[in-house]
Amino acid sequence: MFDVSIEELIRSFEGDVLAIVALSLRVSLSAVAIAAVIGMPLGAFVAVVRFPGRSIAVTLLNAMMGLPAVLVGLVVYLSLSRSGPLGGFGLLFTPAAMIVAQAVLTTPLVAALTRQTVEDAWRQHGETLRSLRLPLASRVRVLLWDCRFSVAAAFLAGLGRAMSEVGTVMIVGGNIDGFTRVMTTAIALETSKGDLPLAVALGIVLMALVLALNALVSTVRGVGMRRHGG
Amino acid sequence: MAAEVLDARRAAPAARAALDPLLSLRGIVFRPAERTILDHVDFDWDGAGVCALVGPNGAGKTVLLRTIHGLLAPHEGDVRFEGRSRPAGDLAFAGQALVFQHSSMFRGSALDNLLVVPGIGASGRERRECALAMLERVGLRELAQAPALKLSGGERQRLAIARAWLMRPRLLLLDEPTASLDPSATEQVEELIREIHDDGCRVLLTSHNLGQVSRLADEVVFLHRGRVLERTPVSAFFANPRTREARQFLQGALPWHLSSPP
Amino acid sequence: MASVFAPLKAVGAPLAALASALAFIAALAAPPPAAAQATTITVASTTSTEQSGLFRQLLPAFEKDTGIQVKVVAVGTGQALDIGRRGDADVVFVHDPAAEEKFMAEGAGVDHKRVMYNDFVIVGPKSDPAKIRGDKSVIDAMRRIAEAKVPFASRGDRSGTNAAELRYWKDAGIDVSAAKGQWYKETGSGMGPTLNTAAGMNAYSLTDRGTWLSFRNRGDLEILVQGDERLFNQYGVMLVNPARHPQVKKEAGTKFIDWLGSDRGQQTIADYKVNGEQLFFPNAKK
Repeated sequence: MFDVSIEELIRSFEGDVLAIVALSLRVSLSAVAIAAVIGMPLGAFVAVVRFPGRSIAVTLLNAMMGLPAVLVGLVVYLSLSRSGPLGGFGLLFTPAAMIVAQAVLTTPLVAALTRQTVEDAWRQHGETLRSLRLPLASRVRVLLWDCRFSVAAAFLAGLGRAMSEVGTVMIVGGNIDGFTRVMTTAIALETSKGDLPLAVALGIVLMALVLALNALVSTVRGVGMRRHGG
Repeated sequence: MAAEVLDARRAAPAARAALDPLLSLRGIVFRPAERTILDHVDFDWDGAGVCALVGPNGAGKTVLLRTIHGLLAPHEGDVRFEGRSRPAGDLAFAGQALVFQHSSMFRGSALDNLLVVPGIGASGRERRECALAMLERVGLRELAQAPALKLSGGERQRLAIARAWLMRPRLLLLDEPTASLDPSATEQVEELIREIHDDGCRVLLTSHNLGQVSRLADEVVFLHRGRVLERTPVSAFFANPRTREARQFLQGALPWHLSSPP
Repeated sequence: MASVFAPLKAVGAPLAALASALAFIAALAAPPPAAAQATTITVASTTSTEQSGLFRQLLPAFEKDTGIQVKVVAVGTGQALDIGRRGDADVVFVHDPAAEEKFMAEGAGVDHKRVMYNDFVIVGPKSDPAKIRGDKSVIDAMRRIAEAKVPFASRGDRSGTNAAELRYWKDAGIDVSAAKGQWYKETGSGMGPTLNTAAGMNAYSLTDRGTWLSFRNRGDLEILVQGDERLFNQYGVMLVNPARHPQVKKEAGTKFIDWLGSDRGQQTIADYKVNGEQLFFPNAKK
């Protein structure tokens, strides 16, 4: 089944692989950075503020965690197309479009996880924060800081999702050779060509990155537990 | 910074004496479900002396304290602090601070937990110095960088008091502040409460610990089933409780007490 | 107004570290500035064309001659034309003359040129249960496959290859929609995955020679029918109508189209070989 020799694997590590991995990291890191900037305050806000329709918002956020990647890809594709509402920016088939699509995909995840953890913290610290007479923005900042280990884990979870998905980046990026080809789309392409060495090489790198990410999540949580005991 | 705080607070009480009573509660009813927890409580207090709120479990002490602080809204009645009624939004009354029985600390160092207090300095450096000075006052300076969640019970309560003190309150509320502490930690906390009071801050606390009440308080308010049954100077309360419920309460707590005051 | 600086500071140091790390990685991965300033055009083409490897030969030569960088979005013919209609590409380069004609008639494209052709072949299991090996007529071969009811893997994806395949069935008088799910299997995907499926189930399939030559997962399959002129697959290139989509890069796109038809372009196409064999036969001037 694995018609791949070690020499072929090693040879394919030159050239394309580095560029593809670098682009994957750039796209996913940028996307999740955006998701964090939007999603963390959003999640914290929903956790702390009682507004009408809040329970619907919470349900919606949790549901959107499971958005199918291809669906997000389709919606962003239609929006960014020249014939679409945001076509004027000319973003389709560029890394920027991929970043936008992955940001859309991961923001609900980051927001929902943040909401969960901040809500627990709010339940614990709410009276203290009210007693200190802190306004909303300060409460959000303090709670996010208090939850920083879990929030970091949420960020890493988002990053894992972004790096592993293929649906959005394929559709909005177009998998253009040397321009919008990332690990997942390259693996899909090479596999479909029946050309496995490059696919396997990329698969190994992707696997290593995902494993490292998950190990990082555990470490971060562990550090939090050890230093602060809970 | 500590010296300035002392001066500022000494000035306030003199000015205030001319105004409304510090605290004014009228017809407070707290009835969350079928049960009535506070049943038409009336209470005016000018803040002279340390006031202790005592009573059996379920009497409503904690609810009353939170209502005074503004954390709970009564279903009926009016709460006024320094002549002002309920604060805006869900904030507590300005000028007050509350120390809970189990104070919640954030995941950070002791110093970090003080730095969350607003308005303690204009620059980062000033805020740090202010906070460190306060840690010094409560005897926690060496533990400034220690994780707050790993402090002992007594250290945590002292940190909570430091945090409250840092707010420069005119009224400090304490809800069973030493209920979970051992005697030596209790003594340290009581010493701090005395210092804060000497600084010019009003103190109102709830306590189960009648020894503590006799050590710290000047006035006792006895609460039973949501009603204020007695309000007397502390020695009179112990020596000669006027109501049957108060007598029973004291008997249950200190059966030998009625015959030999501390 | 009280703001909480300390917790920000507490988060600040690690946040700053994270931000710097991200910026560093982003800088590493960013394309070099020179490339960013070159003119680029977007060409919508097909998966089979890209998978043949032709572009890796063609585009560097074009860039060397003109300095224009070409970004190829490789999808099915149907989607490629759709991308052109929506104005998301500057040039469309596919191999379905009927669909191209329709595209031009709609006014979606201008400046159509023939470029080259390659051919289709029928591949199937060595054992050849339908007995089509060496058949000179593709129509006859398809009829035999239908009569033998042996497995046939089709792309089923509106691609040029798929369109050609359906024409052959029609000309052979076979209605494949009746056989869907039985011996006729539609994969709904590109040539590579379809060949994967065919190899996996020892099925027949119609494929372009280019994809077949680079396809490594052949299993038990080999070429059984080739050379019928009806199997020739004509490639055409068009400029997306700039009147409809003003942002289309008219000059650069036209340069690409002209270059493909030029002696230099045609020679480059002819020079492209896979395993020593020429894949594409330039016919712009014929």
